[in-house]
Amino acid sequence: MDTLNNTLLKVENLHVVYKARRETVYAVNGVSFCLKKGETLGLVGETGAGKTTTAYAIMRVLPDRTARIVNGIIEFEGYNLLDVPENLMRHGIRGEKIAIIFQDPMSALNPIMKVGDQIAEALKFHNKEDLSPERIEEQVDRTLELVGIQKERKYDFPHQLSGGMKQRVVIAIALVCEPVLIIADEPTTALDVTIQAQVLAMIDELREKLGTAMILITHDLGIVAQMCDNVAIMYAGEIIEIGSVEDIYSGKMQHPYTAGLFGSLPDLEKKTDRLHPIEGLMPDPTDLPKGCKFNPRCPRCMDICRNVQPEFTVEGTHKVACHLYGSGKGRGIDE
Amino acid sequence: MVMNKKPLRSMSPLQETIYRFSQNKVSLIGLAVVLLLIFIIIFGEFISPFENGVKQNIRMRLQGPSAEHWFGTDAYGRDIFTRVLHGTKYTMMIAFPATFIAEVIGIILGACAAFYSRWFDNILMRVLDVFQAIPGQLLALAVVAALGGSLFNLVIAMLIARIPASVRTARSIMLSLVGQEYIDAARSYGSRDYHLIFRHVIPNSLGAMIVSMTINLSAITLQVSSMSYIGLGVSPPTPEWGALLSEAREFIITAPHLIIFPGIAILLTALSFNLVGDGLRDALDPRLRD
Amino acid sequence: MIKYIIRRLITLVPIIIGVTLVVFTILEMTPGDPAKMMLGDGATLEQFEAFNEKFGLDKPFVSRFFNYILQLFTRFDFGTSWLTSRPVLDTLKARVPITLIIAVSSIAFASTIGVSLGVISAVKQYSKLDYVSRLTAMVLAAVPVFWLGMMLAILFALKLGWLPSSGTGSWKHYILPMMTLGLPYSARILRSTRGYMLEAVRQDFVRTARSKGVPERYVIWKHAFLNACLPVINTIGVYMGGLLGGAVVTENVFGCNGLGSFIINSVKRKDIPAVTGGTVFLAMIFALILLAVDILYAFVDPRIKARYTAKGAK
Repeated sequence: MDTLNNTLLKVENLHVVYKARRETVYAVNGVSFCLKKGETLGLVGETGAGKTTTAYAIMRVLPDRTARIVNGIIEFEGYNLLDVPENLMRHGIRGEKIAIIFQDPMSALNPIMKVGDQIAEALKFHNKEDLSPERIEEQVDRTLELVGIQKERKYDFPHQLSGGMKQRVVIAIALVCEPVLIIADEPTTALDVTIQAQVLAMIDELREKLGTAMILITHDLGIVAQMCDNVAIMYAGEIIEIGSVEDIYSGKMQHPYTAGLFGSLPDLEKKTDRLHPIEGLMPDPTDLPKGCKFNPRCPRCMDICRNVQPEFTVEGTHKVACHLYGSGKGRGIDE
Repeated sequence: MVMNKKPLRSMSPLQETIYRFSQNKVSLIGLAVVLLLIFIIIFGEFISPFENGVKQNIRMRLQGPSAEHWFGTDAYGRDIFTRVLHGTKYTMMIAFPATFIAEVIGIILGACAAFYSRWFDNILMRVLDVFQAIPGQLLALAVVAALGGSLFNLVIAMLIARIPASVRTARSIMLSLVGQEYIDAARSYGSRDYHLIFRHVIPNSLGAMIVSMTINLSAITLQVSSMSYIGLGVSPPTPEWGALLSEAREFIITAPHLIIFPGIAILLTALSFNLVGDGLRDALDPRLRD
Repeated sequence: MIKYIIRRLITLVPIIIGVTLVVFTILEMTPGDPAKMMLGDGATLEQFEAFNEKFGLDKPFVSRFFNYILQLFTRFDFGTSWLTSRPVLDTLKARVPITLIIAVSSIAFASTIGVSLGVISAVKQYSKLDYVSRLTAMVLAAVPVFWLGMMLAILFALKLGWLPSSGTGSWKHYILPMMTLGLPYSARILRSTRGYMLEAVRQDFVRTARSKGVPERYVIWKHAFLNACLPVINTIGVYMGGLLGGAVVTENVFGCNGLGSFIINSVKRKDIPAVTGGTVFLAMIFALILLAVDILYAFVDPRIKARYTAKGAK
């Protein structure tokens, strides 16, 4: 497709399952996407769609007793991360090249460690330039100021900070080693609405300043429109639609699920009496439906949807996995 | 997901608990041992009449285990198997009532503390602080010092030693329940306190209380036998397990079988109660399971 | 912090008064006339009266109780033995070191084994080592202390002849009591440590640490363990009560002349002041241990420390 050497991360056909006592949870089922340097990809979907699992798989911080990456390639800077030994992963990738901003700042920080030490920890274990302790402290101070916290607060414990400040600290931890890729896992869901915008704006600004690529996991299409270059819509462990922001918001094709997501958003411009939520629930991940995973809830479901898994229909940068499009099956059939 | 075939999701909480418990082999073994103990208490007389454990036979003294005397004989030629067998009921006669009453008192006081005025809770906690500052074994010793050692007094001693812990457990379980929203919800639509306590709080705390009771049974079994062992509980010739061991002390070199078998009986009893308790806890709250 | 410790020490006062009241009340229920029990039926009326006057038995319960409290707090006087007419404190002083050696050595032994195996068991959950240590712990937690003592004595003292089976002469005498009391508690500590560790390694901040690229060893000990430490310390503190009670029994098994055997003997001889004194004294030790645990807690957990210092500032 595009200039290949520009690609930072390429995920191909990723499959992750969780094995419980008697059940197997199919969390991620053949996810593929590409991320270029400095680019932002929005990963959108409901709770349980496999967004966070995908993120943890990239970092390889899945719970190792239950989770298994059964298939796939995660190519980062030309290396398949799934082949990298744990030791090297820890040393060279985690925290150093790829960093993650966790969902819940309340629990993501160690309650009995000063926040400054928690930020410095990442640096200490990736200390390639052999920084002296003083230099590490300086770097911590700088990062704290970058995320808008006075450097004196580094001696505080997490319980002394507000929720918004904790999330800033979590962001500082992610940024302190200047990674090339940040995975932001719903970075603002745990925060008050009033601070959400602030934190997001800050993340965006810092990302731009540092030229970092980002995967932004969210279920908020509004945030995606503001911050992302590309968007992937996930449903039941699959990407069902992927493309640029324009493709998703105003492309010719639209997956009925994406349409449903938009339908459940309040629109200030159009005057509607009510929102249109998607009927039904996500399918049970231990017992996924045949064919298109969305078929039980799809308002435009056809016979073929119940039996055949749809392939991507490609139109430029826009890909949709739905039987409504491509190979002769037009919109009209079911209507 | 009405059409779900998964068995676990269509069960009532009780069925679910029983199902989960039945999946746990180790706890089932524990339960089997507990049932065996109850069987022994009821039918012990038929397995080996108490007479065999009382009848003295000096010619057969301090014999090792044999086909006739499975666990050997003691200094008076009494059959140890019979004595251990009949010892079961003494331990249980003390442990069961003491645990049960302690638990009931715990539930009542705990519910009151969780439900009624702060001052009651405060006073209760201060009293508990005092009681918990005295190690249980010492409290039991003091009771026996005052009342003397007999079966009934041991029940009292164990009861007094256990109540503080039971009340504390019950109180914390109930406080956590009272803090939950469905209680507030029930309150908001006008449920009365006694209705809340009997309909919501006690049924919901029962599981946890049963778990604490089983574990308590194990602790009391150990404590009763140690009281008898140091000579302040049931005294020989009553074949209580601790008393058997107390008698056996002087034969520690010549007849170790006198020590081994009663000890194993205590160990198995305490262990099986613990296993059942652990299994119940896991079955009641699968999240705690790993 | 010092202010806090002093405040906590002051809160011990009502506890000790309460403990004394409880012990006093329980022992007051002893049937029979103490003078008759001590002096026997053959003594004269004058002797009875002298006895009652000497030990204040002619006064009512409340007055005796307040007098006891007063003596306890002003002169650290634990009463006078009916049997020997000597202050109970003298005997306590002579005997408490033995009990403390047994209690402290066994809790140290139990914590070392229990905590380290508990952590390893949790980290290597479902490994062979985990199964073996859990199984052993399950059995050991149900072993009667005195029986374990007898079995250990049979093995190490009578069969192997490595260690003395009774008395308190040398350090060797304390090894069997330490193991007897320590093993069951190491099992209990193992079980709770494992539980708290399993909880801790599932915490989000542990994942944060991993995703920072922190080495696994650090993740386990510095992040997970230090957090699991708090409840573990608390549990160990609570177990101290049972352990002190167990020490009483252990002393009996190994014929150590500690506080425990003193209390047991006094119970047998109906020497009530000695029982009261011994029990109150042990309860005081226990209360001090719990206080120490609280303070230790505050040192490890900044949240609790903050609460304390905030309180202290008021």
